[in-house]
Formats: sequence, structure tokens, C-alpha cells
Amino acid sequence: MGSTIWVPQNTLGPLAPHHWSEVIVGILLLLVLTLIIAKAVVPAFEKMYEERSSKIEGGMQRAAAAEAKAEAALAQYEDQLASAREEAAKIREDAKNQSAQILAEARDKATKESDRILESGRQQLAAERAQLVAQLKGEVGGMATALAGKIVGESLEDDERALRTVDRFLAELEQAGTAR
Amino acid sequence: MTIGLVPLEGGGGYTPPGTQDFLWGSVWPDVLPDWVNKPLIQAVIGFLLVVLFWYFGSRKLQVKPSKGQYFFEFVYEFVRNGIARDILHADYRKFLPYLLALFTFLLFNNWFGEFFFFMYPTFSNVGYAYGLALVSWVVYVGAGFKKWGFGFLKKSLIPEGVPGYLLPLVMPLEFLSVFITRPVTLALRLFANLFAGHLVVLVFVVGGGFLLTYQDNLLYNVSGGVSMLFSLVILLLELFIGALQAYIFTVLTAQYVSTSVADAH
Repeated sequence: MGSTIWVPQNTLGPLAPHHWSEVIVGILLLLVLTLIIAKAVVPAFEKMYEERSSKIEGGMQRAAAAEAKAEAALAQYEDQLASAREEAAKIREDAKNQSAQILAEARDKATKESDRILESGRQQLAAERAQLVAQLKGEVGGMATALAGKIVGESLEDDERALRTVDRFLAELEQAGTAR
Repeated sequence: MTIGLVPLEGGGGYTPPGTQDFLWGSVWPDVLPDWVNKPLIQAVIGFLLVVLFWYFGSRKLQVKPSKGQYFFEFVYEFVRNGIARDILHADYRKFLPYLLALFTFLLFNNWFGEFFFFMYPTFSNVGYAYGLALVSWVVYVGAGFKKWGFGFLKKSLIPEGVPGYLLPLVMPLEFLSVFITRPVTLALRLFANLFAGHLVVLVFVVGGGFLLTYQDNLLYNVSGGVSMLFSLVILLLELFIGALQAYIFTVLTAQYVSTSVADAH
């Protein structure tokens, strides 16, 4: 079996390869295997490791970005809230002012109206009274003369005297009217 | 043949395991040549298994690993981080494919010694070990020449701090050590471990089987049974040694490459 080989089998014993094919096949298989692993296996693993580390880094960056965004949103909301509060206060203030103004205006208007009504009432009253006085003057003279004639029983020929009496009476009446 | 422990009956019977158990004829006599033998078939099957192993291992790599991927990543990182990066540091990526191929090819073929159907470690045929050691030699010498040019010779033959008058003594020794002893020891260490391991298993199995079936001697039968059982323990030990030798071969190759390409020696 060892006849195919030139290394003296009887001196090297098992340290001599039985066939040179063993050495050659060992080398070839190892080289082909190295080639396959270099072309396919190592790139695949290294790519995955790279992706993994970049994903972890990317995830950390994304988390930081999200945090910053959330903080910005919070600041914005707080801003909006503060301005809304301010606006509400302003609106309340305005409403208060406005209501005070409306109230003042209404009061003013009411006062004016009442004054006007009062004034017109007073004028009407004065006019009616003047009319009444004038009417009464006429009627009272006649009635008083008739009454006096009936009481005296005689016609008062003396017109002059009679006229004087009536005037005096009317003056008294007027006096009493103005005193009242 | 007069040793009393193993009695022979009429000159036949027991032949102790020896180097002849490592000789194989053609797997298909008269059709295929003699060198197409069992170790060669094993080497090819081992090669195919390694290819399949890495094919399945690197097929659907995901950033978030599945359970299976954890296992392949473990093997890959064992070589990548545990051997290549630890020893070669920044240069590791260039030599990683070779170290991976070397480690897995050695591991599969060594474990063939303990698995059914094969029951024979490929590298107990010294030729394969020579072949692998030769490739490792080319790799680490080539790496040295590629990086330093012919300065590599000076770098490896003249260690720093050696006085001039010792150089005639040191240079041949360094030459012997770097260019001859390293590959030879690499090959022989691997071969001898697996050869001896397989031989021990054979002794326990063949001898045990012989004693177990020996007629009319209960003591022989019992000790044969014990020896058969013990061979299982030896097989477990061989599993460990197979992995250890694959690891050592790979680590030493990386170490040699590292001394070739290292800046300061």
C-alpha cells in the first residue's frame, strides 16, 4: 500500500503520508473553504454587525431627537397656554370696562329721559292751570255777581261798585292761589 | 507474543491495534485509485459540512438574532473576537476568513473521530496535517514578506538586543525556529494527538471486544466489558481534544501571523 510513495515508509513510519494526494487535497479544500468564507460568510456577518451597531446608534439618535421634539412641543404648549390666559384676562377686563360704560350710558339716558318727561309734565300742568285760571276768572265773576245780587236782593245799579268788589274778590282768590 | 495477559489460541485471534489500522484502501477497489480512500472522502465530506454550516449560518442574518443565529454568531465571534482580534488586533479582518476556515474545518474533521459512520479522525493521516501546516506557513511567511519585504528576513532572523558576536549562533536557530520548526510542530502536534487518541480508543474497543467474547473466562469478559465502557469515556475525552487541537492550531497560526506583521519585535 505504501508503494506509491517515495518517502521511505519504514523509516518515518506513520509520519510519512500514505499518498501525496492527502497533502494536496488538504491544501485545496482549505483554500477553497477560505475563499468561500472570505467571499460570502465574513461579509455577511460583518455587514450584520455593522447594521446592528448603526441601528443601535441610530436608535439612540432618534430617541434624542424625539426627546428634543417633545420638549419643544411642551414649551410651545406652555407658551400658548400663557398667551391664552393673558387673552382671557384681557377679555374679562374689556368686558368689565364695557359693562361699566354701558351702565353709565344707560343711567345717563334714563336721567335725561326722566328729566324730559318731568319737564313736559310741568309745562302741561302750567298750561292747564293757566287755562283753568282764565276760565275760572270768567265764570267766577258772573257767578259771584249773580250770587251777590240774589243775596242783596236788589240789583246793584252801581256797576262801578260792583266791579270793584269783584276785582277785590278775585285778587284775594289769586292771592290764595299763589300762596298755596 | 508470549505476554501472559493476552493468551493466544493457536496463533490466531488477537492482533493489537497499530499503524496498520490507519491504512485505507480504495473506497471502490479496482474502479477508483488507491488514494480515493476513507480519509479523503471524510475530508471532502468535512469540507462540504463546513460549507453547509456556514451557508446556513450566514443565510438570513438579522440585526435582531433568532435562537439559531445566536449559535452561529457564537461560533463566529469565538474565532473573530476570541482568536483573530485578540491576537492580531487591527489587522484581524484580513486573516479572519482563513482562521475561520481553518478552525471549522479542523473541528469538523477532528470530531469525525467520535461520530458514528465515520469513527475516524481525518487528521490522524499525517498528510492532511502537513497540508494545513503548509498553508499556515505560507500565510504567516507571506504576510511577513508582504508587510516588510525582504526586511522580514532581517526582522525574523535577528532578534532585537542580541549582541553581534552571538548572531552566528542565533541566526540559524531563529531560521530553524521560524521557517522549519513552526510548521512541522504545527502539523505533528495535530497529527499526533489525533493519531494517539484514535489508537487509544481502538485499544480499548478492540481489546475489550476480544476479551468480552473470550470463551470460558469470566474475568476476561468482565474486564473486557469495563474496557468497552471506558472507551466511551475516552471518546468524550477525544471530543474535547479534537476541539482543543482545532483551537490550538488556529491560535498558533494567528500568533505566527502576529509575530510576522507586528511592528516592534
